[in-house]
Amino acid sequence: MQTTTTQPIIIVPLWRVRLRLAWKSFKANWKLFVHNPIGVIGLVIILIFALMAISHPILMKYVWEPRVYDPVIGYDTEIFVHPSPPSARHLLGTDPLGRDILSQLLYGTRFSFILGISSALISVVIATTIGAVSAYYGGVVDMIFMRLADVITMLPFIAILVVLSALWEFTGFTLALVYGLLVGFGGQTIVIKSQALSIKVKPYIESARASGGGDWHIILTHMLPNLLPISFLFMMFTVTNAVFAEAALSFFGLLNIRMSWGIMINTAQAAGYLLAGSEYLYLLLPAGMAITLLCSAFYMVGRAMDEIVNPRLRER
Amino acid sequence: MKKYILRRVIQILFTLIIFQTLLFVILDAQPGDITNLYLTNPKVTPEIREQMRVILGLDKPPLIRYFQWLGNFVQGNLGLSFSNYPRPVMDIILERAPRTLFLFLTNQILSFILGYFLGKQMAWHRGTFFEYSLTIVGVILFTIFTPWFGLMMIYLFGIKLQLLPIGKFLDPSLWRNVEIPANTLFYYMILTAVIACFLIVVITLLTRKTSRTLREIIRFGGVLGVIGLVILIWSLTPYDYLALDILKHMILPVLVSTLVSFAGTMLLMRNTMLETLREDFIMAARAKGLSEHVVRDKHAARNAFLPVFTNLIIGIPFALSGGIITETIFSWPGMGLTLLQAVNLEDIPLAMGTLSFVGVLALTAHLIADVAYAFLDPRIRYQ
Repeated sequence: MQTTTTQPIIIVPLWRVRLRLAWKSFKANWKLFVHNPIGVIGLVIILIFALMAISHPILMKYVWEPRVYDPVIGYDTEIFVHPSPPSARHLLGTDPLGRDILSQLLYGTRFSFILGISSALISVVIATTIGAVSAYYGGVVDMIFMRLADVITMLPFIAILVVLSALWEFTGFTLALVYGLLVGFGGQTIVIKSQALSIKVKPYIESARASGGGDWHIILTHMLPNLLPISFLFMMFTVTNAVFAEAALSFFGLLNIRMSWGIMINTAQAAGYLLAGSEYLYLLLPAGMAITLLCSAFYMVGRAMDEIVNPRLRER
Repeated sequence: MKKYILRRVIQILFTLIIFQTLLFVILDAQPGDITNLYLTNPKVTPEIREQMRVILGLDKPPLIRYFQWLGNFVQGNLGLSFSNYPRPVMDIILERAPRTLFLFLTNQILSFILGYFLGKQMAWHRGTFFEYSLTIVGVILFTIFTPWFGLMMIYLFGIKLQLLPIGKFLDPSLWRNVEIPANTLFYYMILTAVIACFLIVVITLLTRKTSRTLREIIRFGGVLGVIGLVILIWSLTPYDYLALDILKHMILPVLVSTLVSFAGTMLLMRNTMLETLREDFIMAARAKGLSEHVVRDKHAARNAFLPVFTNLIIGIPFALSGGIITETIFSWPGMGLTLLQAVNLEDIPLAMGTLSFVGVLALTAHLIADVAYAFLDPRIRYQ
C-alpha cells in the first residue's frame, strides 16, 4: 500500500525569501571581500573620512567658535602671524589668511563626499539604464548610444571641464552633474552594456519572455538586478575620478565654491609658501594627503569588489 | 587590413565632426557674444557694437555660422588670439604643440614599459608581500593628486636638493647670445629621439630568434650603443649645453607624469595576467616541460598584452588630461598651460583652438593605436 505523505506547505512571503537570499549572498561576498586586505584598508579609510565629514557640523555647533573656526571667513585675532604652525589652539595650524586648516579639511571632506557620491549616482543610473536598454533592444538605439559613448571616451575630460568652467559659472552641483553625464554616457555604458549582453542570452530571460513578461518587466526585474554588482563597482571608480576632477579644477581656481581641498592647496601655493622651505609644509600636506587617501580608498574598495564580481580573478 | 584602416579613418573623421559640433554648441550656447566684452567701454557705442557683430558675422543664423566654423577649422583657421593679439591661434598652437607631444609620447612609452614589466612580476608573485606592497604603492600613485604630487616633487628636487630646475622650458641666462631658436633645437632633439627609438626597435626585432643569453647581451649592448652614439653626435655640435638645458627641464615633468600613469598599466597587467594564467594553454605549456621563464614571458604575458594595449588606447585622453595638470605645475609652455592661461585671461579663441587641438591629438593617437592593434591581434584583421 502506498502511503502518500503530503508535504506541509509553508507559506512564506516572497519578499522574505528574497531578503534571506540577498542576506546569504551578501554574507558570502563579505567573506570574500574581507579576505582581501586591500579592500578592508580602503573601507576603513572611507569610514574614517565619513566620520570626519559628519564631525564638522557638530564641532562647529558645540565646540568651535564660528568667528574663529569658520572654514571660509574665520580669523584668529589672538595669533599675530599667519600662517601659524600647528598648536593646541589650531591642531593643523592656520593658513595665510588666518583660517583654521583642520576646519577647512573637515569641511572639504563633506564637500568631496557629496560631490563624488552624487556624480557617481548620476552616472550609474544613466549608464545602467542605457546599457540594459541598448543591450536588450539592439538595433538603432544601441548604435546611437554606443557611437555617442565612443565619442565621449575619446575626449580629454579635464580639458573640456576647464573650458566649460571658463564659459559658465561652475558650482559643485553643476560639476557633479556634468561629470556624471560625461561618465554615464561615456565609457561606463560600454562596459555595462557588454555585461548586459551576456545576461540577455541567459535562459531565465527567455523563460520570462515565454511566460509573457513585457519588455520593461524583463529589463527592470530580471536584467537590472543582475547588473547592479558591476554598476556598484563602477560607482567606486567614478567617485575616485570625480573627487580628483573637482580637486584639480578648484586647484586651478575655476570653480565657484566656498571651500574644498583643491582650494586649500591653491591658497598655499598662490601665496608662495612652497618655495619658502620645509617649515610651511603643513599648509600643503593635509589637503594633498586627504585627496590622495580618499581617492585611493575608493579605488581600493573598487578593486577588491572587482575580484568578487569577476570570478576569474579569484585565487581559488 | 586596408578595409579595416579605411573604416577606422572614416569613423575617426566622423567623431571629429561631432567633436567640433560639440565645441560650437558649447561656444554658441553661452549667453551674449564677443561684443559684450565692450559693454563697459564708453567709446564703443551700441551702433559700433552692432557693426562689429556684422563684421564678425555674428548676425547670421547659427546654422550658417556652424558651417563657417567647420570650414575655417578644415582650413586651419582658428581665429586670432585676444591675449596675444594679432597673433593667429594656429601660430601659437604650432609653436607649442611639439613640446606637449614630446612630453606625452615619452610619458606614454616609459609608463607602458614600466607598467608591463612590473605588472607581469606582480601576477607571477601573487599573494606575496611584494605583490601587496606594490599594489598599495600602485594604487596610491594611480590616485595621487597630481598637482600636489608635482608640488612635492618640485619641493624635493628643486628646493631641498637643488638638483633640477623647478619649472619652465629653458634657462634664459644660457640662451642670451645664441642665434638658434629654441624651437628649432627642440625639433632636432625630437628627431634624434625618434631615430634612436627606431634603432632600438630594429635591434629588438632582429634579435628575436636568437638564444636567450645572446639576445640579452645584444639588446643591452645595442641600447647602450645607441645612447652612446646620440651623446657623441650631440657633443660634436656647438649646442650640446643648450640641449642639455632643455633635457634637464624635462626630467621632472616626465618623472611625475610617468609615475602617475604607469601604475594604471601595472595594475591592469596584473589582472589580465592572472586571468591568462588560469587558461588551459598555460597548463599545457607547463606540462610540456617548458621553463618558467618561457611560460611567463612567451605564453602568459604575450596573451595578457592585448587587453593592456587596448587600455592604453582608451587611456590616451586621460594621459592628455594629466598632461594639462603637469604642464601647469611645471610651467612647461605646452598646450595644457596655454589652455589654462587662455581660460584665465578669457581668451576664448585660443581656449577653443587649444581644446580642438587636444581633441584632434586624442583622436589621432586613437587611430594610430587602433591600427597598431590590428597588427598585434590577428583576429581584428579578418573581421
